[in-house]
Amino acid sequence: MSAHTDTDTHTRTDPHADPHADPHTKAHAAARPLARARRTGRVRRAALPYLLLLPALLLELLIHLAPMAMGIVMSFRQLTQFFIRDWTGAAWTGLANYELAVDVNKPVGEALLGSFLTTCLFTLLSVGLCWLLGTAAAVFTQESFRGRGALRALFLVPYALPVYAAVITWAFMFQRDNGLVNHVLHDQLGLGGADHTFWLLGDNSFWALLTVSVWKGWPFAFLIVTAALQNIPKELYEAAALDGAGSWQRIRRITLPSVGAVNQVLLLVLFLWTFNDFNTPFVLFGKAAPEAADLISLHIYQSSFVTWNFGAGAAMSVLLLLFLLLVTAGYLVLTGRGRRNADA
Amino acid sequence: MPDRRRARARTRSPLAPPPSFRVVRAVFLTLLTGFVLLPVYVMVTSSLKPLGDVSGRFRWIPSGLTVRPYADIWHTVPLARYFVNSLIVAGAATVCSVVIAVFAAYAVSRYRFRGKRLFTVTVLSTQMFPGILFLLPLFLIFVNIGNSTGVALYGSRGGLILTYLTFSLPFSIWMLIGYFDSVPRDLDEAATVDGCGPLGALVRVVIPAAAPGIVAVAVYAFMTAWGEVLFASVMTNDTTRTLAVGLQGYSTQNDVYWNQIMAASLVVSIPVVAGFLLLQRYLVAGLTAGAVK
Repeated sequence: MSAHTDTDTHTRTDPHADPHADPHTKAHAAARPLARARRTGRVRRAALPYLLLLPALLLELLIHLAPMAMGIVMSFRQLTQFFIRDWTGAAWTGLANYELAVDVNKPVGEALLGSFLTTCLFTLLSVGLCWLLGTAAAVFTQESFRGRGALRALFLVPYALPVYAAVITWAFMFQRDNGLVNHVLHDQLGLGGADHTFWLLGDNSFWALLTVSVWKGWPFAFLIVTAALQNIPKELYEAAALDGAGSWQRIRRITLPSVGAVNQVLLLVLFLWTFNDFNTPFVLFGKAAPEAADLISLHIYQSSFVTWNFGAGAAMSVLLLLFLLLVTAGYLVLTGRGRRNADA
Repeated sequence: MPDRRRARARTRSPLAPPPSFRVVRAVFLTLLTGFVLLPVYVMVTSSLKPLGDVSGRFRWIPSGLTVRPYADIWHTVPLARYFVNSLIVAGAATVCSVVIAVFAAYAVSRYRFRGKRLFTVTVLSTQMFPGILFLLPLFLIFVNIGNSTGVALYGSRGGLILTYLTFSLPFSIWMLIGYFDSVPRDLDEAATVDGCGPLGALVRVVIPAAAPGIVAVAVYAFMTAWGEVLFASVMTNDTTRTLAVGLQGYSTQNDVYWNQIMAASLVVSIPVVAGFLLLQRYLVAGLTAGAVK
């Protein structure tokens, strides 16, 4: 793979990529010490990119790749709390953990499948709404008007607020008896009968979680689309306007097509972040979410750290990773984005 | 004459939005502003309510105002210590992450080398790892390193710093590559001709030219570290707890001090929100040149 990609990179790379690419072009009769200096210089130059990458590589290796490899090994073992001190002592069980995870006729597999489907629906709705709100807000704040700067800053506040501070406030608002949401819905608007609704328990918790997730997530879409819109040349709009295109037409014909490429990355990133989100349900519900809002990250956390079956938890994580890999790969192939990303 | 004036008015602002557009825009932006501000309003007003008011039925207008919660938050839990821990962890993670990302991005942007493609793909793909997959293994690795070398990573700020800086690294490297690519190569070639080494060119030319991108990356790294909950709750002990975990201390078995929770939430949010709003201009500029291409 490496040789393959390397030639690929070579043919593709910008000719200006390396200002020192060929020292021989500056041909002149070299004195011997100069030649030697140049040779060590060349070696050093060849090593330089690797030296620059080394810290990043080492850290990714230590914090991401090694634990991941370890997690994969763990998923084949009967790893319970008794083996935490020496996890290699846990019995090798082959695919037992995976069988446990995917057997939908037994409680563990059934719960995992339920959580997975919940997460799929949740991610679809959350990413869709975040994208819609973010794009609309970016488009509407593109032309300048009074107070636009303040509004743009305000819209970024949910993104800037630490998760735990923001989500805990929402938990407060969703309280059954004393929360703002029920106060407005039941007491002030008279909706939904006299009995207050449970928002953090039961089926409604899905909608509570979705509200919080969208509130927290849409500003990122807003930020990215706003940045993308600033790349569109003003002349394009002026020319279109002179040709008689109105505001709505300019948005449809110029603005939206211009953010198309950005959307591909934006949607992928939003998808990955939302699907893997742990913080929001954890702060909103605590260690165990209601079944209707049992997102997969928290579900796996629960399986590993609360019921102490780390092997099964690891197997579930690996399955989750495989799913995300498949979706991402499929998405990149469909959008033709993979190559450009890799070259970025 | 009136005809000519009308014609001039039309050519003067062909970009002016029509009334229908203005109405839709105003309605949408107003609703969205309300949605965004709602929790902020609740946070601010509830933090100023006496406990009796805040634990009763919700009221839009507080019955009485008090700043007591702001005094009490520091005693109910050791908030100052958590604050310092968070500052140290997030600050150190930010600095390290930015420095490392700058080096890596410079290498990818300016050099051809074997395995370059593999590196960028690997870095990008770490974005999709579920944190839960490496939480336990990382915990075990840290414990093992501690047992065999005496370097305390588990339970220490160092371990958390190390963990957090890798969280923001992939996105930072990715953004900076785009940003460095947009700095003309002629500039650092000129610097090399003037006698700078490659690192001299990086420090004297590329970094200053890419400053907005670097600031954007720093903001992102700081926010990532300041807001992380999962690893903070597993990897810290009593003395190294960060705000993310510490805030849970305001709920006791008997009482939930909602006014103090809101006051503390506001206090811990102010540094990041203020910093973010000050630097958001750079963030948009950084994204424009970096990730968004």
